[in-house]
Amino acid sequence: MTLMGWLQIAVFFAIIVAITPLLGGYMARVYTGKPIILSRVLGPVERGIYRVIRADVRKEHDWKAYAASVMLFSLAGWLLLYLILRTQTSHPFNPQGFHAAPWNVTFNTVTSFLTNTNWQYYSGETTMSYFSQMAGLTVQNFVSAAVGICVAVALIRGIVGRSGKGLGNFWQDLVRTVLYVLLPISIIGALVLVSQGTIQTLSHYLTAHTITGLNQSIAVGPTASQEVIKNLGTNGGGFFNTNAAHPFENPNGLTNIFELLLIFSIPAALTATYGRMVGSRRQGWALFAAMTVMFAVGVTVLYAAETHGTPAQHTAGLHTQLFSGSTGGNMEGKEQRFGIAGSALFNTVSTDTSTGAVNAGLDSMTGLGGAVPMANLATGEVIFGGVGSGLYVMLLYALLAVFIGGLMVGRTPELLGKKIEAREIKLASVGILITPLTALAATGLAIADHAGRVSIFNAGPQGFSETFYAYLSQANNNGSAFAGYTGFIQPSAGNIGSHGVTFADLLGSFNLAFARYVPILFVLAVAGSLAGKKVAPGGLGTMRTDNTTFVVLLIGVIILVGALTFFPALLLGPVVQSLTGHLY
Amino acid sequence: MNLRKNAITAGLVMVVMIVLLGILYPLAVTGVSQVLFPGNANGQQIHRGGKLIGSKLIGQSFSDPKIKNGKAVEEEGEPVTEPDPRYFQTRPSATAPADNASATTFSNLGPNNKTTEEAIAEHVKAYLEMERPYDPSLTAAQVPVDAADSSASGVDPQISQANARIQAHRVAAVRHLPLQQIMKLVSQNTAGRTLGIFGEPGVNVLELNLALDQLTGGTR
Repeated sequence: MTLMGWLQIAVFFAIIVAITPLLGGYMARVYTGKPIILSRVLGPVERGIYRVIRADVRKEHDWKAYAASVMLFSLAGWLLLYLILRTQTSHPFNPQGFHAAPWNVTFNTVTSFLTNTNWQYYSGETTMSYFSQMAGLTVQNFVSAAVGICVAVALIRGIVGRSGKGLGNFWQDLVRTVLYVLLPISIIGALVLVSQGTIQTLSHYLTAHTITGLNQSIAVGPTASQEVIKNLGTNGGGFFNTNAAHPFENPNGLTNIFELLLIFSIPAALTATYGRMVGSRRQGWALFAAMTVMFAVGVTVLYAAETHGTPAQHTAGLHTQLFSGSTGGNMEGKEQRFGIAGSALFNTVSTDTSTGAVNAGLDSMTGLGGAVPMANLATGEVIFGGVGSGLYVMLLYALLAVFIGGLMVGRTPELLGKKIEAREIKLASVGILITPLTALAATGLAIADHAGRVSIFNAGPQGFSETFYAYLSQANNNGSAFAGYTGFIQPSAGNIGSHGVTFADLLGSFNLAFARYVPILFVLAVAGSLAGKKVAPGGLGTMRTDNTTFVVLLIGVIILVGALTFFPALLLGPVVQSLTGHLY
Repeated sequence: MNLRKNAITAGLVMVVMIVLLGILYPLAVTGVSQVLFPGNANGQQIHRGGKLIGSKLIGQSFSDPKIKNGKAVEEEGEPVTEPDPRYFQTRPSATAPADNASATTFSNLGPNNKTTEEAIAEHVKAYLEMERPYDPSLTAAQVPVDAADSSASGVDPQISQANARIQAHRVAAVRHLPLQQIMKLVSQNTAGRTLGIFGEPGVNVLELNLALDQLTGGTR
């Protein structure tokens, strides 16, 4: 580990701390209907959209209506995206003449983008036309992110609501999220990326004639416009197969940090939005602090593990210590311009949040290093987490924490003056446990059945890690992969003669959808349940939810749940490998 | 709540979003990028004599077709190539063929796998075979990790400074140029950390090789 490496990580996090209250405060204004500068410009557009979509946004939704709108919107999005991807041949902006991917792979891809996951069995540059990337995938990058934020905001409204059952209007929240938060940042961010070398073109692929007389075909495309929202919306689906490791997506050390700032900005800011909307900024900072501790542990372990190198390197006679002009460490599946520190930071941040973009090959990480992304997923994506989903799952954990804390000291558990009763705890517990249960059941099925094992690439415990990671990542809507695991066989570019692995594609799709929408329903039910409750003034006996004790308790609950559910699985894969120099 | 009315709204919102975010937004960004940053937006193409040589950001192979008994060697219909000793070489690449910029892929080789060990050992051996004749003191312990580990994208445009300094011995000898001069060229084509903090220093192989050719006049 180097001083420059740590400095880079420190500078990154300092910027996040600085922008959290600014962006968080702005978003609180957006969702409480306070005037913002952009509404002067975009106000007419916003009202125009309401007229077109025939929605009366003055009418508030109760939790059931809010949930129904989310589900209907997602269904419409699913059908349209499936239609777009399956009719790829008849669209404009398809200079390479790509055919549609097989139905089973498309089924998985569509579900994956709808659920803000962006798990990719397909490879962008050999499968997708520019139209599919723009009108199909980029659109879902925006709106699936917006759905997550809307649900989080609805939960906050439930927590603060003094009377009545209203959680806000879903259509209004959706349109405002896109117009006032995601789109403006994306336009500026995309141009920043292009200014640093990310490409943005509709040209057909280039053919270069190299100086030694060989031909090189170079895939290009409208990359920056997708790259920016892929990160900002914690989606993670790369324009190219190698995601943010590809020089056209992530050309230098500065874009690497910029993309990480995009990833963390909204999930971090939402803690401040929460603080403002509940009327106590300390409440937001408490959640931020819990997330920060877990982030710091993750990045430290991953950085240290990758610096050490792998058993395969050492037995092959490669020396992995750092010396002048060489990064040392495990550079298998890493890019020179990011080195060990830039790769460790990127993949920690991307798996803390439900982004799942990668700038290095996770499959090639050391046993312990690869365990960090896994542990980040196993804690339910609450370390800043997905846009919206990070906050709403964290708030479910907060309910559990006040409940357990209340039991320990013998008080009635309450959150911000609202009594937490059996109904809320039941809903929160199930909401939290759905995701790990789905992941473990799917992993078990995929390991037990031959149809599941055909997707495995590496032998031995790494094969188990690949399988476990695949279903864990899809259930947590992350989308990063131990990418040897496959669900798509593509003999040549353009999809001719390609076929999907139906078992992996469909089991993954089920996993994706179930673990996204069921928790959303439970979160909205909690919001509805809390919305009607009276607020009791806090007294001396109230357990505070904005001090160090609570932060420690919250982290404890998260680790307890994660460890109890996933420890056996973690033992079988990464732990076995990190404790031995044995080769399989 | 009227389910039917809400379903119509859901469909209409999706259509609006596709037009706004899927068509207007990316086309607007493309237009502005092409005007403000045409070089970057099109992939920092490098042209020589009217021909496209490559992209500054994309690594490429500097190899020649392998000739045996006056004939090009072929394997499964593809010509076999071998590294051209006159040029600096890029990192090992997991794509097929190497440095394939239209189908990038990770190696996905696991940390404790026999195949990983074999691949790395193979890369170390090939590197030593190529460089040791020109730098007899070179040992396996001195091989920089980036020279034996596959890159992530398969088209990493850079190599480490240590890797470039080792290869400089070969390039200098084959081209009959003083080592000092090649080392100077290496440092001229080294990109530091962005803003002095972010990322790692690296040497752009294509730019370095073009500078080499310019030094000796002409492209070959």
